Amino acid sequence: MDSQGVTADPQLQQFIEVESQKQRFQQLVHQMTEVCWEKCMDKPGPKLDGRTETCFVNCVERFIDTSQFILNRLEQTQRSKGSLSESMSD
Amino acid sequence: MDNFTTDYSGAGGSGKMDTGTIMEQVKVQIAVANAQELLQRMTDKCFKKCVGKPGSSLDNSEQKCIAMCMDRYMDAWNTVSRTYNSRLQRERARL
Repeated sequence: MDSQGVTADPQLQQFIEVESQKQRFQQLVHQMTEVCWEKCMDKPGPKLDGRTETCFVNCVERFIDTSQFILNRLEQTQRSKGSLSESMSD
Repeated sequence: MDNFTTDYSGAGGSGKMDTGTIMEQVKVQIAVANAQELLQRMTDKCFKKCVGKPGSSLDNSEQKCIAMCMDRYMDAWNTVSRTYNSRLQRERARL
């Protein structure tokens, strides 16, 4: 199959985009489950109790908040100081 | 060691593979990769939680712990997936 044929196929193009987005989602779920397990799980019991479940929910929300916070602050820092490398050499 | 390569020449090597077949095969590959990732992380976490000083075999309590741990890890994974999905919906609704 020639590469021209692959990239010119709109169906395949859309498929790649959709699957890539699904994978990004999956990867983040894997990562957050791992991180939040460390924070929220003591000893594995016969079921996930309410307190632990709440911890996982909060953990996910705070993780995303943290990610957004970092992006926003980075943007602010770059705007006020001109470039990241300048601010990092302070 | 198993051969991890896959022969995609379903059409016999000559001529093109149709898009539908490729997409189905890719979806399967992705699903397999995700299952492997899940298993790998689950094994890591449950080993840490349930196995203390490694003995000459897994005793009964360790096995029970691992079994419960597997179920709890799946519960956790599902909770995270649901929560993240809801959050994404909320973010999109704001835009």
